[in-house]
Amino acid sequence: MTDAPYDLAPGDVSIFGRAGRMAASGVGIYTIGLVLALILTATSFWVANTSLLWAHGVPMGLVVLAIAQMGVHLVFFLHITTAPDNTNNVLALAFGVLIVFLVVVGSLWIMTDLNTNMMPSAEPMNLMQR
Amino acid sequence: MNVAVAVYDAKQDAFAPASEAGPAPKRVVVGFGFWVFLLSDIVMFSALFAAYAVLVHATAGGPAGNQLFNQASVAIETACLLISSYTCGLMSLAVSARRRADTYMFALITFVLGAAFVYIEVHEFADMIARGATPQRSAFLSAFFTVVGCHGLHVTAGLIWLAVMMSQVAIRGFRPAVDRRLLCFALFWHALDIIWIWLFTAVYLMGVHP
Repeated sequence: MTDAPYDLAPGDVSIFGRAGRMAASGVGIYTIGLVLALILTATSFWVANTSLLWAHGVPMGLVVLAIAQMGVHLVFFLHITTAPDNTNNVLALAFGVLIVFLVVVGSLWIMTDLNTNMMPSAEPMNLMQR
Repeated sequence: MNVAVAVYDAKQDAFAPASEAGPAPKRVVVGFGFWVFLLSDIVMFSALFAAYAVLVHATAGGPAGNQLFNQASVAIETACLLISSYTCGLMSLAVSARRRADTYMFALITFVLGAAFVYIEVHEFADMIARGATPQRSAFLSAFFTVVGCHGLHVTAGLIWLAVMMSQVAIRGFRPAVDRRLLCFALFWHALDIIWIWLFTAVYLMGVHP
């Protein structure tokens, strides 16, 4: 039986898997999160400054590292899991991520498109009027 | 016989499906409500990020990101906020274990690291403004000051909240209402760190890269 009576408050540790040894393993969970986050942050700063990598791939690499670090924070600091007692928290998060994605990607897409299809700017217009 | 039935019922109750379990405890309701608020706050930040990303090249002949940003201070700010998020987690553990001295100690470390973050950020802003890179200078700088400043204001509000929470722990003790507020504060502080991940990635590190 995996049906939980209630969903869990976000930030509380799920009862599934680590029942009974919460306090003992709590520090360990946060420490693993801190170490992983520090490694990912250091990698981000290295990727932004190195000349070893293909320059055009660097922004995409930084985005991937940021998504990974966001995942580390959600799992190890906010204790968001996929356990049945976390359904509401995960669904709210999924909806939030969807809206964030729509706002950011939609804005960039539309504005880039408008920029490309823009009427010629002031300089060429002046040349044409001469 | 009646006792046996009662025990049997209690067992049934513990494994009842969510639809038959009755109203959720207040801690769950409050935590979830605050989680929804945080997600709406993140959606607001996403609009500011989108504005920044659209306007990042609109420098109007003024200074661009790679002339303004100092990566060393950004790295120190990142470390401050990340470690303060860790000590905030340790504070949550101390609260749930009812260890008052540890709670105060980790809250103090969290507060000092958060205050150091705000101090470095204000210093950085003052330095940029002194060099003529004010919010009025270009659309890029308006967007930069809005998105980074909004995060800085959130951190400042978090510091005030933490100070208020510690006075509540001192005066009222670990009663359920204070416990729930501490849960919400921890969620808020961790969420601010998630927003900072995107700030240092999208604004500072990508800004340094032309």
